Amino acid sequence: MKPARFDYQRADTLAEVHAALAEYGNDARVMAGGQTLMPMLSMRLARPKLLVDIMHLPELARIEADAKVIRIGAGVRQAELLAWPELAQRQPLLASALPWVGHAQTRSRGTVCGSVAHADPSAELPLAMLALDGSIELSAGRKRRSVTAQDFFTGMMSTARGHDELIEAVSIPTRRAGTGTAFAEFGRRHGDFAIVACAAVVAADRVTLAVGGVGDKPERRDFPALDGGALDDALNAFAWDLDARDDLHATAAYRRELVRRMGRDTIEEARRCIA
Amino acid sequence: MHRLSADRRHRVRFTLNGKPVEADAEPRMLLTDFLRHELGQTGTHVGCEHGVCGACTIEIDGVPARACLTLAVQADGATIRTVEGLAPEPGRLSVLQDAFRRHHALQCGFCTAGILMSLDGYLRRHSAPTEAELREFLGGHLCRCTGYTPILAAALDAAKTLREVPAHA
Repeated sequence: MKPARFDYQRADTLAEVHAALAEYGNDARVMAGGQTLMPMLSMRLARPKLLVDIMHLPELARIEADAKVIRIGAGVRQAELLAWPELAQRQPLLASALPWVGHAQTRSRGTVCGSVAHADPSAELPLAMLALDGSIELSAGRKRRSVTAQDFFTGMMSTARGHDELIEAVSIPTRRAGTGTAFAEFGRRHGDFAIVACAAVVAADRVTLAVGGVGDKPERRDFPALDGGALDDALNAFAWDLDARDDLHATAAYRRELVRRMGRDTIEEARRCIA
Repeated sequence: MHRLSADRRHRVRFTLNGKPVEADAEPRMLLTDFLRHELGQTGTHVGCEHGVCGACTIEIDGVPARACLTLAVQADGATIRTVEGLAPEPGRLSVLQDAFRRHHALQCGFCTAGILMSLDGYLRRHSAPTEAELREFLGGHLCRCTGYTPILAAALDAAKTLREVPAHA
């Protein structure tokens, strides 16, 4: 397996990235850590004319945080975010989800924004972005816009990013007082893609559950604070509303059952973590 | 701006196991092939070529990396370590390599170079790993011969030796 031919450009400035994307559009691919793009190139599922390497731009390699949000630049590797000492305190859901992303040997190179850009339906970071009301910062030349995770993920490996736009960063709200979070995932082997993954964010009066691996993109549902049979009924309705698929790993019925059981367990764990 | 054209070969230079090396590569050439075919360093093995098996794991700028998920041109200017750099001198194994030999932590040896490179860096950063931590970390490698038990034993043994005589690394 060898990639088809492409030009390679190591960008020294953001303007250079924007100019290349404006010139090549869909024929250009932005290369960050390369942990999902490289297999796609080697299997020739992607055949760009130009690869733009953005890993030598210091302005993209920053994690910035204020009282409200954490902003993670496009050059920040997953292992760097996981090793950030403030992560667990500022956003515990990210700290619980990140160890499920690939393996230590791929997190050392793969970026947070790269995983968001790839938008695999079973990937952990898009799921966490959706559960946490994260947003994606896109830029094309001087034009900038911010898209919520809800609007960004549009289907199987497809997003609202325009062909000339660069994902410069993602922003994730800091944990709010009085809320609890939890993350759980079921797969056959460590490091496999999730058959189902769940992320819960709860407060005294409401529950958000987001699930990945079930349909062609991560999905979320917001409930009032329910318990017992009422919560089971709400999870059952959510499971049936998802467009669950059969594949060689699991049937749609099995995935729905995982949403009901793991969904409930995840919500209960998040309630125990309210602080 | 440095745009490297698809149909030409371009000079790639980096530091490999402490020495400067250089050779030519098309932009699409994988670092695995560059190491093996252009530099003749065949210690790095090529298994799945899509990042799953871990056989090609090397160290790039101090962190473990799949050489098959890296382009040779991306590595220009980097500091790279491969399995050829582990032995402290010809005829002498590193502490980790020696533990692998004593514990029979390899049979066919195909996965071994990648696992050694992963563990070498890990044991430098974590001097007292638990078995659970090592199991989690080794999850990034496939071995079809050993069942992993002797690999774990070798890693724990090497960690202990390195704590006692760190100079032997």
